[in-house]
Amino acid sequence: MDTLNESTRRELVESKRMDRRSAIKWMLTASATVPFLNTGSFGQSGPSIPTPQGYGSDPNLVIPESPPWERILNAEQLKTVTALSDVILPRTGNSPSASELKVPDFIDEWVSAPYPDQVGDREVILPGLKWINDESQKRFKKPFYNLSEAQQTKICDDICYLPKAKRRYKNAAEFFAKYRDLSMGGYYTTNEGAREVGYVGNVALARFDGPPPEVLKFLRVDKAPW
Amino acid sequence: MPHINAGKTKPEYDVIVVGSGAAGGQTAYTLAMDGAKVLMLEAGRDYDPVKETPMFQTRHQAPLRDSGTPEKPFGFYDATVDGGWKVPHEPYTNASEKSEEQFWWWRARMLGGRTNHWGRISLRNGEYDFKGKSRDGVGIDWPIGYSDVEPYYDKVESLIGVYGSNEGLENTPNSPEGVLQAPPKARASEIYTRKHAQKLGIPVIPIHRAVLSERLNSKKIPKRLHPNNPKAARILAQEMDQRLACFWATPCGRGCSIKANYQSTTVHIPPALASGNLDIITDAMAREVEIDATGKATGVNFIDKTTGLDYSVKGKIVALAASSCESARIMLNSKSALFPNGIANSSGKVGKYIMDTVGAGLGGQIPAWENMPPHNEDGAGGGHSYVPWWLYKEQLAGKLDFPRGYHIEMGGSRGTPRVGTFNGLEDYTGGSYGKQLKEDARRYYGSFMSYAGRGEMVPNDDCYLEIDDKVTDKWGIPVAKFHWKWSDYEIRQAAHMHKTFAELITEMGGTITDEVDTTGKKAILPGGLIIHEVGGTIMGANSKTSVCNEFSQTWDVKNLFITDGGPFCSNADKNPTLTIMALAWRSADYMMDEMKKGNI
Repeated sequence: MDTLNESTRRELVESKRMDRRSAIKWMLTASATVPFLNTGSFGQSGPSIPTPQGYGSDPNLVIPESPPWERILNAEQLKTVTALSDVILPRTGNSPSASELKVPDFIDEWVSAPYPDQVGDREVILPGLKWINDESQKRFKKPFYNLSEAQQTKICDDICYLPKAKRRYKNAAEFFAKYRDLSMGGYYTTNEGAREVGYVGNVALARFDGPPPEVLKFLRVDKAPW
Repeated sequence: MPHINAGKTKPEYDVIVVGSGAAGGQTAYTLAMDGAKVLMLEAGRDYDPVKETPMFQTRHQAPLRDSGTPEKPFGFYDATVDGGWKVPHEPYTNASEKSEEQFWWWRARMLGGRTNHWGRISLRNGEYDFKGKSRDGVGIDWPIGYSDVEPYYDKVESLIGVYGSNEGLENTPNSPEGVLQAPPKARASEIYTRKHAQKLGIPVIPIHRAVLSERLNSKKIPKRLHPNNPKAARILAQEMDQRLACFWATPCGRGCSIKANYQSTTVHIPPALASGNLDIITDAMAREVEIDATGKATGVNFIDKTTGLDYSVKGKIVALAASSCESARIMLNSKSALFPNGIANSSGKVGKYIMDTVGAGLGGQIPAWENMPPHNEDGAGGGHSYVPWWLYKEQLAGKLDFPRGYHIEMGGSRGTPRVGTFNGLEDYTGGSYGKQLKEDARRYYGSFMSYAGRGEMVPNDDCYLEIDDKVTDKWGIPVAKFHWKWSDYEIRQAAHMHKTFAELITEMGGTITDEVDTTGKKAILPGGLIIHEVGGTIMGANSKTSVCNEFSQTWDVKNLFITDGGPFCSNADKNPTLTIMALAWRSADYMMDEMKKGNI
């Protein structure tokens, strides 16, 4: 197996465990609105039935269909999602904003999905969206999506980095970290996002020449080993 | 009942092969090309990589951007259909509720089985790998040695096409001149790793993978593989001409529509079908091997999944190639007055000594790679370099606290971004967002590296499968129940992996992104996660201690063979697929000889 698979394996076993833990912590401390679903892990035995509303174990890979599950975000939540994604990844020069690359639609697809990882994330994201609007109302008497950039920044600065967040913002900071991860995931998996971050590829080549000379120089290596 | 190349089943076949992956594909190929009439049974559906492979589709086009789910564990585009650690309607069970004592069983219900998605790493076992017990006192020796398998390694590598190099390192065999194809150039992350690994005495060399870096020579190879069989040589030449060289894009795990990498469905099955000697029935779930009053196998009983009806097919020989654990399950479910504990199980060893590969990984962030000039390093859709086990002498001298070795695979990350590529980036950015985050993404993209150890597990009495007498699958077939426990050998080896990776990342000036586990208990991945299941029907020198002989022929039923990884006596750190194919070829040659001699 290649090591991309290695990271997939690790994610399956370990980071999911972490996600689950933070989801549980969130449940215990925040005013959560979604019941926690104990969905179990992939590998364990027991009844094997297809995931309800999933795409199944044999979807069309060549022409993928739209995900079959129903979207759960309402109009109000989508407005918050759009505003927050654009605070995290705004338009800069020629580089598009998150909403221009339809990141909110991706977040909706993700938190609506029926699979264990996504259900776990939903349990962090939905209460988090509620919190950020409640906080906006508390501070500025408006929902988050109607705040000025400066007001949005004031809230985000308090929750953008978990290790430095004040105790009362710890849960919100966990939400923000997860939300930023998902926003980046949605953004950089688009063709535009991948290009912007410096991915070059997915084109047929006659030869594979290895890293070009400027890369070898960058690495301070005299020449390729073979 | 879905047939390929068969309007209806023949009254009797020379050989019934159960399974269509590396083992079934190779077994059927060798037999059909040599003129035997073969029926292949596959439990999954027909599958055509030429039509079904998503070659250039981007993550953006896929649900959840190609992230893994229980229905597609390695991502939406992974070639596996109807497979994974959970297969709909086909459960298995574990005896223990403790997670560290559970086995994760990966299956792929599709023509070509697991060969459609595998990593294509194709390393030969060396001399030590067949005689581990003689060397260090633990495990089980094989009844054969490297020289017995060597000619078959040559043949398989020539047939499927493997890139790599001959380095002449200890227990890391060379291939004959002209067999291996040129390895692709190392990637930036591999080159940088190599430079720093040298200081630690760790070699980084080209890996061997079953991917064509150039087209196969269809004029020479078929004649060499089938010297006295012009028809076989002609058919193979035609099929070889259908395979193109890698065009250095798209991950191999999706399959390959240009047939540049090895899949049973693009390499073994097409020429076998073209010979006219192979019939295939898909959606055919084998239930049991049937026998007559004399204890000879008469054929296979299976369920047509499309109708739920039972059928029996007759064969002079039955070759189980259903995957190690599935073949053991079929045998244990094949009960009769003669074999009340399962067919060919007088030794009681069917289902025993299941092995996987020891897996542990560690990641690092390498500051020297930040803001690296963008360049294309898609390459061969998998690794270009690896570290072979390098501490044989230290181990033999008793300087290590575990008996067997591991190799290291590595993954730099200038690949197409995944949803999780930037997870946890705040550890490096201090929580940036907005304009700064976009700059940070450009800076850190491609600066992460992961090292994965793949090590040898010593077979033990605690790892086996039996039949669960309480649970059946949708077809009413009793399911496999697993028992699993890593021994201290594997756990200490996993700890050594973490220690090595930590040293390497530190030597490269990097920071470690995961927790280093000096105990190995947390580092070691669950059994079955590496999907290198072997053992369960081991070969040996006598019928008391093993299920089959050196040709994978069962001691008790001489027309019953197991040609998958089941007969493995050890599971070297070398990925098992190449050895499975070499042994299947050897076994099929033996079947042909025995049939010609009238012994079967």
